[in-house]
Amino acid sequence: MHVPDGFLDVPTSIATAVVATAGVAAALRGARRDLDERTTPIAGLVAVFVFAGQMINFPVGAGTSGHLLGGALAAVLAGPWLATLALSVVLIVQAFLFADGGITALGSNVLLMGLVGVWVGWFAFRAARAVLPRKASSVPLAAAFGAFVSVPAAAAAFVGLFAIGGQADIPIGSVLTAMLSWHAIIGIGEALITSLVVGSVVAVRPDLVAGARDLLAERTLEIRQQVRA
Amino acid sequence: MSTRRFALIAFVVSLLIAGVLSWYASSSPDGLEHVAETTGFGQTAQEHATAGGPLADYEAKGVDSGRLSTGLAGVIGVAVTGLLMGGLVLVLRRRGRSTPTDLPEVEPAERG
Repeated sequence: MHVPDGFLDVPTSIATAVVATAGVAAALRGARRDLDERTTPIAGLVAVFVFAGQMINFPVGAGTSGHLLGGALAAVLAGPWLATLALSVVLIVQAFLFADGGITALGSNVLLMGLVGVWVGWFAFRAARAVLPRKASSVPLAAAFGAFVSVPAAAAAFVGLFAIGGQADIPIGSVLTAMLSWHAIIGIGEALITSLVVGSVVAVRPDLVAGARDLLAERTLEIRQQVRA
Repeated sequence: MSTRRFALIAFVVSLLIAGVLSWYASSSPDGLEHVAETTGFGQTAQEHATAGGPLADYEAKGVDSGRLSTGLAGVIGVAVTGLLMGGLVLVLRRRGRSTPTDLPEVEPAERG
């Protein structure tokens, strides 16, 4: 999903850079309130895990692959503000060190993965949490839903940018259909990985999962015992 | 499980994914590249500005073995990402602490 240099014209790239910068600035402010002794280590680990996860392209058929975007995963584990920062750090490292994602397209990539991926994933997760039973086992399921939705959402956002500033004259409908159908399949992989990881963390340290913390007030004693062990 | 132990395990798992599992990653074009090729805007991609860099395309230059080269690039990426994000949250936390935490909603006021 990393947009290379050249796909989008200069005005569009400047506009996405402005939006991405505003989003990151808001995230810097929002994240400051979220940081405590539990979220601080989680934020660093989330960035590291998303970087690693994005290296693993899995085949999705017809000579095509997909990889974890990690927006929903990061949001569920660390909260959406820190997730936006984590994805932005990952995208900066990838663009400057690994030539993955264009440098002029950095704003577009932060917008697609660090803002759309994270926030759509987060709100879809919250929506799923709201309809699922209030218990810990709902968290990985809701995370899977958020992850699944976040990938086609980011793909659709790319098509939106391409419609505005694409450098090739191609019917937008065919780009949209192709992007949505491929990224719906990739979204299944995203959902599987996300629910596996969120489920593992909920199993050992539910208090470290931002998207599960509201459940813990109801079972404080149980948590204390686990921490001591 | 202590937070320290949890962090250690999560970090080692990330290192193994980036350093070892990455050998087995698919090298097929990803969804966006595939769509770009099939719908006809693939040729608008430009060569990356740092395509000649020492770690471009997740290959450590000068390391002959493909696996070792990818693995080393992955391990370096994990380390750099961890340092950057870790440094960022520590700075943010220190700044957050300089405003009185027992009085919520004070921080917007000082921005004027």
